[in-house]
Amino acid sequence: MNFTLHIWRQKDQQSPGVFVSYQIDVSEDTSFLEMLDALNEKLIIEGKDAIAFDFDCREGICGSCNLVINGTPHGKHECTTTCQQYMRDYIDEPELWIEPWRATAFPIIKDLIVDRTSFEKIIQAGGYIEVRTGSAGEANATLIEKPVADAAFDAATCIGCGACVAICPNASATLFVAAKVSHLSTLPQGEVDKKRAYKLLEAMEEQGFGSCSNYRECERVCPKGISVSTITTMNKLLYQQK
Amino acid sequence: MTDLELENHTPTGKLEDRWTQHKFNLKIVSPANRKKYNVIVVGTGLAGASAAASLGEMGFNVKTFCFQDSPRRAHSIAAQGGVNAAKNYQNDGDSVWRLFYDTIKGGDFRARESNVFRLAELSNNIIDQAVAQGVPFAREYSGYLANRSFGGAQVSRTFYARGQTGQQLLLGAYQAMSRQVEAKTITHHSRCEMQDLIMIDGKAKGIVSRDLITGKLEAHMADCVVLCTGGYGNVFYLSTNAKGCNASAAWRAHKHGALFANPCFTQIHPTCIPQQGELQSKLTLMSESLRNDGRVWAPKNKEDCDKKPEEIAEADRDYFLERMYPAFGNLVPRDIASRAVKLICDEGRGVGHEIDGQKLGVYLDFANAIETLGKDAISEKYGNLFEMYQRITSEDPNVTPMRIYPAVHYTMGGLWVDYNLMTTIDGLFAGGEANFSDHGANRLGASALMQGLADGYFVLPATVANYLAQQKPLDLGKTYPEAEQALQTSKDRIDKLMNAPFPKITPDEFHRKLGKIMWDACGMAREKDVLEKAIADIEVLQEQFWQQVKVTGSGEELNQTLERAGRIADFFELAELMCVDALTREESCGCHARDEHISADGEAQRHDEDFSYVAAWQYTGKLSMPVLYKEELLFEFVRPNTRNYR
Repeated sequence: MNFTLHIWRQKDQQSPGVFVSYQIDVSEDTSFLEMLDALNEKLIIEGKDAIAFDFDCREGICGSCNLVINGTPHGKHECTTTCQQYMRDYIDEPELWIEPWRATAFPIIKDLIVDRTSFEKIIQAGGYIEVRTGSAGEANATLIEKPVADAAFDAATCIGCGACVAICPNASATLFVAAKVSHLSTLPQGEVDKKRAYKLLEAMEEQGFGSCSNYRECERVCPKGISVSTITTMNKLLYQQK
Repeated sequence: MTDLELENHTPTGKLEDRWTQHKFNLKIVSPANRKKYNVIVVGTGLAGASAAASLGEMGFNVKTFCFQDSPRRAHSIAAQGGVNAAKNYQNDGDSVWRLFYDTIKGGDFRARESNVFRLAELSNNIIDQAVAQGVPFAREYSGYLANRSFGGAQVSRTFYARGQTGQQLLLGAYQAMSRQVEAKTITHHSRCEMQDLIMIDGKAKGIVSRDLITGKLEAHMADCVVLCTGGYGNVFYLSTNAKGCNASAAWRAHKHGALFANPCFTQIHPTCIPQQGELQSKLTLMSESLRNDGRVWAPKNKEDCDKKPEEIAEADRDYFLERMYPAFGNLVPRDIASRAVKLICDEGRGVGHEIDGQKLGVYLDFANAIETLGKDAISEKYGNLFEMYQRITSEDPNVTPMRIYPAVHYTMGGLWVDYNLMTTIDGLFAGGEANFSDHGANRLGASALMQGLADGYFVLPATVANYLAQQKPLDLGKTYPEAEQALQTSKDRIDKLMNAPFPKITPDEFHRKLGKIMWDACGMAREKDVLEKAIADIEVLQEQFWQQVKVTGSGEELNQTLERAGRIADFFELAELMCVDALTREESCGCHARDEHISADGEAQRHDEDFSYVAAWQYTGKLSMPVLYKEELLFEFVRPNTRNYR
């Protein structure tokens, strides 16, 4: 399969960036990132700088990889991270535009790599349950109804990649915040901190993310299928002062 | 290098009282004095994040480092199956003693009794802690925690969060750590990689880090250093490890005098998605929980190997694990299952893609389970794994059986540590996969998360505090010549990587070649001649690496090619030690199968009289001449017998 790639190259945070075009021929069983690996091998041999992009586990769970492919964060295969996209999915698209996440709160570090420290700050503001190591009581002493536990789990599967922000016209991190709030505040263990949603939303604003206007684009591109119903859950908690 | 006395500081007395008594004997630092002490934790996966969170909470000043852009991305996150604990919620006869025994036996009697018992004992606290943190483990309709049985266990003691247990536990530890960052007891550095250990008067007192964005080298001083930097499976190039996993921190410690234990003990996991092509960058694990409901088979006849699985009649299928191991069937431990799969493929009965002229794969079939339990029940248990498989292979496991083949997954070997998890360098601790301590020659399923968290939440906080209580806090305002020296060494090494005399081959190309040598010589089956040749080949390739490695860009910027080259340079050295260790251990045990020591019916043959020891290797300045220290393993409570899963 032959592809024309237009890849965003940017030396560092201060320098301006530009799309640079490359040609590549790979088999259909190659993953998207393996395709970029192959291109980088070629560039290195030619004495050029390799294209910088984030990746680690390459099995869709660490949340490192983050490319916008032809306008869609993570690429065309839904509920799938960039690393799990395969070139066979792009048989009809011989031309690919590859860009980094774009949001004020995610400044570009180099090429396709962005700085997501802002997400760390949001979690640090209260995305946890305050329990000391070693002082937890017997695990089965608190029963949790299965539907409640399952819903908390669904929200907890967020991998913190930032696709929700990248697609949002407001560059809002509301889905990311709501997922964490829904995970923790719906469980009996997490109920105590009534201010969690406030704290996280406040941190989100401080970090330069926009707010939610119900475009619901975030849900569409979330690689883990986190539902916007988590936002409803969060809003309810806010409204009920829980 | 000097001679040293290998003292493991294992307590004596009743096994069940040892940890409790030991904890009481450990010194503690008074709360008012704790903030005077600085601790560096390198690596923030399960072990590192939980250790840092706990030490921070105790009031120590903690500095943490990870090469990823967030601690939440550490590879612990990819653990799928679950975490073991001896809660006996299922009333199926489980106990701390049973978990202890299963772990010792699973490790083929090559681990310390005291350590393993402590691990089993702490397992229950881990579940309590995780649940309190909001880890959403699977629950039954009654609201109680659910359990499942897992590879090699005859009781249901595994706690799980669908197929994402590692993710949920890591997020729990990460959140606990974030809480301490907010409380300012932890200062965290993401995108920072350790380059060297700083030693003052023979003690670990700091590290040199490289800021991966700016390339800036920096010295960080502390009163002790904790390495929770994971395993070294990526020596093999293709493994289930994340691409960034590396051995550099542990290797740098080794070169400063920390002994490296049992380096050849690498676990090959039976249920991975087979390789599809040559550009493949990593292998993906399918949780072995799948073996609870999936049946492993291969065609009985070679002629059927090219057929579609549904065209092969039931009578022509060989459910070989059930045939070979009727008692445990598809649930035999990982090493046994892996070897059986290799055996079948070597007989020419493999299926799927051909790699180097051999079909490397067997089927893992859910048809029976779907028929008995229904598609929904199977989907509830394995939904995300099925999706993952389908994304990678474009085949639906609900319709077509999965294809699986073993892949390198975990390394039981690691830095040698005593009962306090301290290495042979004073003040240098190692936790999680980075140490060798608890899994012997083979790790049981759902035990990695257990060990990482036991080390991080419970063992290290106690033993690190004990160490600090006996130290005078280091003056961080002073400059230390040792730090300057380490900075210079790190800089020189980077310059050397950037400026090979005849640059023409990429770091990855070298890595692939090294991986191939290791997989063939030090993978599922090992033999003397092949290992000896591998050692020679590695030396040649390594020499070539330093002459020809091509790294573009500069050292003063974000440069992933440079990062990779630095890690691969260390893999070469470690690979050689792994082969030396495999060569020296003239027996088969657990994951380590020497062709010369396999019985007629294909079972591993241990030689307890000669090899019931931990092989701890000392770096001598010459890679091919490491010195072996033997820590004899004493079994006071269990009797090593032949593992029998038939």
